[in-house]
Amino acid sequence: MFSDYSLAELGSIFVMQGFAGLILFSVFVLMALGLAIIFGQMGVINMAHGEFMILGAYVTYFTSQFFLNYLPSLFGGYFFVAMGLAFLASGALGMFIEWAMIRHLYKRPLDTLLATWGLSLILQQLYRSFFGPREVGVELPEWMMGSIALTDSVEVQINGLFVMGLTTVITIVVALLMYRSRWGKQVRAVVQNRIMAGAVGINTEKVDRYTFALGCGIAGVAGSAFTMIGSTGPTSGQLYIVDTFLVVVFGGAASLLGTIASAFTISQAQSTMEFFLSGSMAKVLTLLGVVGILMLRPQGLFTLKVRR
Amino acid sequence: MKSTAFLSRSEWIGVAIVAALILVVLPLSVDGFRLNLVGKYLTYAFVALGLVMCWGYGGILSLGQGIFFGLGGYCMAMFLKLEASSVENTKIQSTPGIPDFMDWNQITALPWFWEPFRSLPMTIILVIAVPVFFAFIIGFAMFTRRVGGTYFAIITQAIAAILTILIVGQQGYTGGINGITDLRTLNGWDIRTDDAKYILYFVNAGLLLGCVLIAYFVKHSKLGRILVAMREKEDRVRFSGYSVAGFKIFVFCLAAGFSAIGGAMFALQVGFMSPSFVGIVPSIEMVIYTAVGGRLSILGAIYGTLLVNWAKTSFSESFPELWLLGLGGLFIAVVLAFPNGLAGLYQSYVEPRLGKLTGKKSDETNGALPQGSPAE
Amino acid sequence: MSDDNKFGPESQLRRKLLMGMAAIPAAALMPKVAFAQAPATSAINTTGLAVTDTEVTVGILHSVTGTMAISETGSVQAEKLAIEQINAAGGVLGRKIKFIQEDGASDWPTFAEKAKKLLVQDKVAAIMGCWTSASRKAVLPVIEQYNGMLYYPTFYEGLEQSKNVIYTGQEATQQILAGLDWVNKTKGGKSFYLIGSDYIWPRTSMKIARKHIEAHLGGSVAGEEYFPLGHTQFNSVINKIKLKKPDVIYCAVVGGSNVAFYKQLKAAGIDLSKQTLLTISVTEDEIDGIGGENITGAYACMKYFQSLDNPNNKEFVTEFKKMWGEKTVIGDVTQAAYLGPWLWKMTVEKAGSFDVDKIAEASTDIEFTKAPEGYVKIHKNHHLWSKARVGQVQPDGQFKVVYETADLIEPNPFPAGYQ
Repeated sequence: MFSDYSLAELGSIFVMQGFAGLILFSVFVLMALGLAIIFGQMGVINMAHGEFMILGAYVTYFTSQFFLNYLPSLFGGYFFVAMGLAFLASGALGMFIEWAMIRHLYKRPLDTLLATWGLSLILQQLYRSFFGPREVGVELPEWMMGSIALTDSVEVQINGLFVMGLTTVITIVVALLMYRSRWGKQVRAVVQNRIMAGAVGINTEKVDRYTFALGCGIAGVAGSAFTMIGSTGPTSGQLYIVDTFLVVVFGGAASLLGTIASAFTISQAQSTMEFFLSGSMAKVLTLLGVVGILMLRPQGLFTLKVRR
Repeated sequence: MKSTAFLSRSEWIGVAIVAALILVVLPLSVDGFRLNLVGKYLTYAFVALGLVMCWGYGGILSLGQGIFFGLGGYCMAMFLKLEASSVENTKIQSTPGIPDFMDWNQITALPWFWEPFRSLPMTIILVIAVPVFFAFIIGFAMFTRRVGGTYFAIITQAIAAILTILIVGQQGYTGGINGITDLRTLNGWDIRTDDAKYILYFVNAGLLLGCVLIAYFVKHSKLGRILVAMREKEDRVRFSGYSVAGFKIFVFCLAAGFSAIGGAMFALQVGFMSPSFVGIVPSIEMVIYTAVGGRLSILGAIYGTLLVNWAKTSFSESFPELWLLGLGGLFIAVVLAFPNGLAGLYQSYVEPRLGKLTGKKSDETNGALPQGSPAE
Repeated sequence: MSDDNKFGPESQLRRKLLMGMAAIPAAALMPKVAFAQAPATSAINTTGLAVTDTEVTVGILHSVTGTMAISETGSVQAEKLAIEQINAAGGVLGRKIKFIQEDGASDWPTFAEKAKKLLVQDKVAAIMGCWTSASRKAVLPVIEQYNGMLYYPTFYEGLEQSKNVIYTGQEATQQILAGLDWVNKTKGGKSFYLIGSDYIWPRTSMKIARKHIEAHLGGSVAGEEYFPLGHTQFNSVINKIKLKKPDVIYCAVVGGSNVAFYKQLKAAGIDLSKQTLLTISVTEDEIDGIGGENITGAYACMKYFQSLDNPNNKEFVTEFKKMWGEKTVIGDVTQAAYLGPWLWKMTVEKAGSFDVDKIAEASTDIEFTKAPEGYVKIHKNHHLWSKARVGQVQPDGQFKVVYETADLIEPNPFPAGYQ
């Protein structure tokens, strides 16, 4: 298939394809990070993760409408405001849900799965009732669209760069929070031994609440960022949920590093195969590969060794 | 503990009531259309029953029971489709004698894996064998490496998602997202007539009662007690010298087998099979039937399935735009407030009073677990 | 009330009656007065359908929940509008149309169950419904077994024909061939890159497109790809497009994938005013979610655009917006859904009966001169004669019509040479 092209063309395509793989990687990490925090640190499976993302997307939509109507001169910067608001909105909802629902279920992690599934149905219907059943189009500031031409034939997408930058920032912040801050120490202490953590004076309830809120908040930011590359509608969250779960499972549940490694593996495999094969086949082969490896190594790529 | 009868007296009464309900009361009280709907719901009850065994007793929550329901259903649908695609029926196609969707996808010969489904006995074997084999592979890979709990739940879910994408993607061989539609006859017997629907309803109900009895048998056998022990303290069972993985695989395969029968009966009664049953959504919905009925109650699975589906149908008829709220609320309410479902309510409110009435304590409560500490 | 009579070809007598009626403020009185001589129920309903002396019941069966609600909402709105207008104009054979709406919940087995409920329990005289091919395939055996009448609005892959279905959308050749000819002639399109979602409609459409490109246009297919429904990552295929530099990107991506595809295409620097892109799956509805600025310059081949300039359509758009809000948009399928109740009404009046067999018989050659898309006629294969049009997306999300076939195209669900 490459015989018709010059070396320079091939080179630039490979650069762009590598870049496409990196974008996909960033998207996967961003999707999975919130879920990985909640699942890895708390053992709670949040089936409503996609709906928290879409909440962020809707917040972005309304922020853009607000800026268009009232502050058109500042429209270029609205996205940063929107991401902040998305974090707060999804985080606040997460905190409420933790208080109302999740905290009663810590001894029954499987039940959180059912309850959050119910929550996702309710949220979908609420979005549909309040925001309408159709998709909404989120308008982006002009500077975020289009691409930068590095050479004559190599172009990189600005929104791709944006997602990559955002993912890097959020990952670093989360890593610092988890492994360098006092709060992170508390979280890890609670994960390792809840009773002992409580005994040494850690307010485990508070830690749980904020961890859950953080995970949901990150989902909100992810949803906000994905308005650049995807759709915003009541059921759009469902588009991401399968990939998200696969990334987390494949990475090994309790490990942030695992999540990142697995996002990298899956995204590179998928993007390379999509280039050489057709789209549907690439997806199937990626998924089969993931399942095959999970059969051989069901605990995922990385696992935290905890004595039980 | 050494009672040899495999059903206690109260369990006999329970089974008799269920049998009376689905064999006599429902057929007499609802019209043909509604009865067909009930028949459809009862096929889900097979799945719920399997989940009681593997989730309630074995402590293994599978979010992929739709896989087995779907595989069983597809096996049956493939047989029916081949029969419906006789050369005379399909002479308009460029290759007569193969299913219509294959012809649309430029396939000119029947793929090899469709061949066994030309024969009914072979199909009946495969309806059970394929899903059970699949369950065995999953179970073997997971349980021998001691994967369980939430992690197992998500992996089964991922497998369900993958299988859906596979079926949808390989539409020339599977019918794709449309599924396998327009099934007409079973060995020449038209399954679409009202009479046939009645007969299939009773066959279905009979099979379900048969599975209920099997479930009770397993529950009261030594195996059932080991399952409960395993769920409570897996390591102690392992240290006592039992092969924990082996028992888990068995109960998972049993649940898969039940689901497969349900799937096959679904294909027969409804007349088609769709990949939407294999995916995540139906798999989780089937878990909620079990949870509503009470995850430890074999008969509760049937009541739970009927109740949720009845609610779903009537909700969506009267408030089509709001039924998701009700369903979502039900999920949350059951999990938060009634973790043992209908059976739990029955045990804590109805049974004590019944006991007073008859002046006799019921000899065994379903599952023998106190409230508030359901299986992890 | 004054413009009721603009809808539907009425008999001269009725039109006069109605104009006279316009002065009477109590609309409720209208049917009694105007249709005192409505035919007896026993004569026009011999099969036990839900028809009374004053009412006839039809079913509306679409997804209002689940992933397809995004697309099907427009159809529900159009059908309700048509029913309301028909009722305001006096109903069908003197009977008001009452509708029962059921939710298919984006789930094909549910569609089948609800269709059966509508036919067996509610005894509806006709069903307006279904959207995806999968839902139609699930419902079809039920409709045929219980002898119902389905008005199906979506453009679809063809390869189907039923006595019990009227297809008010285009079958594949009606939509595809004219558009390809146009792009070949005016844009000099020779090499095509075909991209679709992975299910029966895009695959069949692309098969037809490929045959036409290779056999009739002397062109070539540079690539053909399908992505799972709901796929959201298109950067790899966009790179492939950049590498192969096709004259035309030919596109049948649906649902949420659509939004992702066009946003990523734009972000990758593919300028649709320079790169020709022809789609058969983007209507005004989809552009709402994609954002007009992200798809400006693309061409779509449809039979209807909201911006069509004819009196019927102006009227229709005004009424639609009056009922459903200024911001709602109307896509190809929405318009086709609007045709359903009207065609059914006219067929019933021609047949003089609600009986499904008589309607199926009488459907052939039913004409609807007031259709927003212009003039349509039912072919004896139960599809519609209709025109094909090419529109170019404007930044405001509307289409500018750049081409329209001179004549109505004959529907041919089993096209020879394209199988």
